[in-house]
Amino acid sequence: MTTYAAPGTAGSIVSYESRYDHFIGGEYVPPAKGQYFENPTPVTGQPFTEIARGTADDVERALDAAHGAAPAWGKTSVAERATILNRIADRMEANLEALAVAESWENGKAVRETLNADIPLAIDHFRYFAGAIRAQEGGVSEIDGDTIAYHFHEPLGVVGQIIPWNFPILMATWKLAPTLAAGNAVVLKPAEQTPASIHVLMSLISDLLPPGAVNIVNGFGVEAGKPLASNRRISKIAFTGETTTGRLIMQYASENLIPVTLELGGKSPNIFFDDVASADDAYYDKALEGFTMFALNQGEVCTCPSRALIQAGIYDRFLSDVTERTKAVKQGHPLDTETMIGAQASNDQYEKILSYIDIGKQEGARVVTGGEPADLGGELSGGYYVQPTIFEGHNKMRSFQEEIFGPVVSVAKFDDYDDAIKTANDTLYGLGAGVWSRNGNVAYRAGRDIQAGRVWVNNYHAYPAHAAFGGYKQSGIGRENHSMMLDHYQQTKNLLVNYSENKLGFF
Amino acid sequence: MTAERVAVTPKAADLLRSLADTHGPLMFHQSGGCCDGSAPMCYPAGEFRTGGSDVHLGDLTVDGIDPVPVWMSASQFEYWQHTHLTIDVVPGRGSGFSLEAPVGVRFLIRSRLLTDDELRAFGLV
Repeated sequence: MTTYAAPGTAGSIVSYESRYDHFIGGEYVPPAKGQYFENPTPVTGQPFTEIARGTADDVERALDAAHGAAPAWGKTSVAERATILNRIADRMEANLEALAVAESWENGKAVRETLNADIPLAIDHFRYFAGAIRAQEGGVSEIDGDTIAYHFHEPLGVVGQIIPWNFPILMATWKLAPTLAAGNAVVLKPAEQTPASIHVLMSLISDLLPPGAVNIVNGFGVEAGKPLASNRRISKIAFTGETTTGRLIMQYASENLIPVTLELGGKSPNIFFDDVASADDAYYDKALEGFTMFALNQGEVCTCPSRALIQAGIYDRFLSDVTERTKAVKQGHPLDTETMIGAQASNDQYEKILSYIDIGKQEGARVVTGGEPADLGGELSGGYYVQPTIFEGHNKMRSFQEEIFGPVVSVAKFDDYDDAIKTANDTLYGLGAGVWSRNGNVAYRAGRDIQAGRVWVNNYHAYPAHAAFGGYKQSGIGRENHSMMLDHYQQTKNLLVNYSENKLGFF
Repeated sequence: MTAERVAVTPKAADLLRSLADTHGPLMFHQSGGCCDGSAPMCYPAGEFRTGGSDVHLGDLTVDGIDPVPVWMSASQFEYWQHTHLTIDVVPGRGSGFSLEAPVGVRFLIRSRLLTDDELRAFGLV
């Protein structure tokens, strides 16, 4: 067991600067209006650094830098870009622990997750796209004996990206790695709840990138996000967040006729068929863990398995076993490697989760376990902690229909296959889902019948770079991960060449 | 009886007055989905384009400023229609483009079930 020292205290392996400006054109630039905002850690609620409060002027300056860098960067060879991405990955790997502690301190998540998931996945993501861009081929089509259609991938130019706060470094990487691999320059706005950890990353890797290829403007959505998303000088906007802002961003994009990719969340069903409990073995144990994955990252995951559907034949036994497993989730200081669940990322997030628990109780959902805030005492009393909570109810309740984005799972019973699929699909969203069965045929059919972009079969919450991730229905537009992601950051150039000496004879 | 679907706490009303001073007439659209989903988003009136896929839940009456309309997507309303919503405010820092975030506070929805009388008034029973 280890408890890491808080960043900036004696013995810590990482420290934050006392202030972060915008990262524009390869250097740190103060905000045009000279304003900063405090950044608290959700671990204790205390501020630990201050951040530039960006406005339209800063966004324009970042776009100047990006447009300055884009032409040359877009013409570098794929080998050169791949080498840079691999070097970024190497630097991150060499500093994995420092990045993991920095991320945990800013977001509140348990350090065992940043050590074993967030940062290793981000490292692998850069390596994956370093490989993917080198393996990417254009096309040659022989139209006839004299005519050839060449298809080239060309970068979009300068793109805008707005990053969420639940996996600050990993979500930035999901957007940055394919963008840079494809040869684009970017202006990126981190979430205002988690604006700092990406600067720890930049302090490690900025010398590897040409100035202006990556620009980071911090600030609030209305002051910095809007001037970026609505800007005429971006060729594409990518956003991860919620539906209303997603619609607003599409509205701005429509004014400029640019493409958007949106990842807007879900209310993911996790389905456990009767045969899960046909033996008390390693697989059954794995299924219990699969249920308890709702507590991963404090439930602040767009694909949180927040609706568990359990078949009637095993309902009582399975619910009892997963309740025991949930009660064993150790809540504590996020920098303690034994801690399984840390702090919610911000006070308003904490308040929102509690307001959802409240309406869940009013609607008659039964609290099986949890259902209250958690006061962990000492300096953690100022932090934002919520007990892992299991609700039992039915699918029409609001706790089954809206993404709570907290450690709350709502459980319902189903009778047969058709009932399970009907309930699973009775939602506005379609991002993730889980299917648990020992019968391959049932698992396959369920996986195909569920309207969601990612269905985990006999596992949950794995995010390999090589598997496409994205939503059906109101969960968004486009995909992240996988080499197909490159398409979202490239134009197709068709060169139609005629090698004949002879005219058509029309004129 | 006349029934209302939406209300506003005195603290949130004060904030709306101050935001209206800076931004002019205001509107809300209730969000869904991840991150700051499930939070009410406050915009200058007309900034967010509503249409046939939205439901107008009602107007908030706040002394001294124009009524503040509250909207929600019709599909989300299907699942929310049996609840009454009160817009409150808490310290925090929501992302999204909602106007209050730079002040260090966040609008929040408090919900309760509609009473039997209210359900009747809305034709839900």
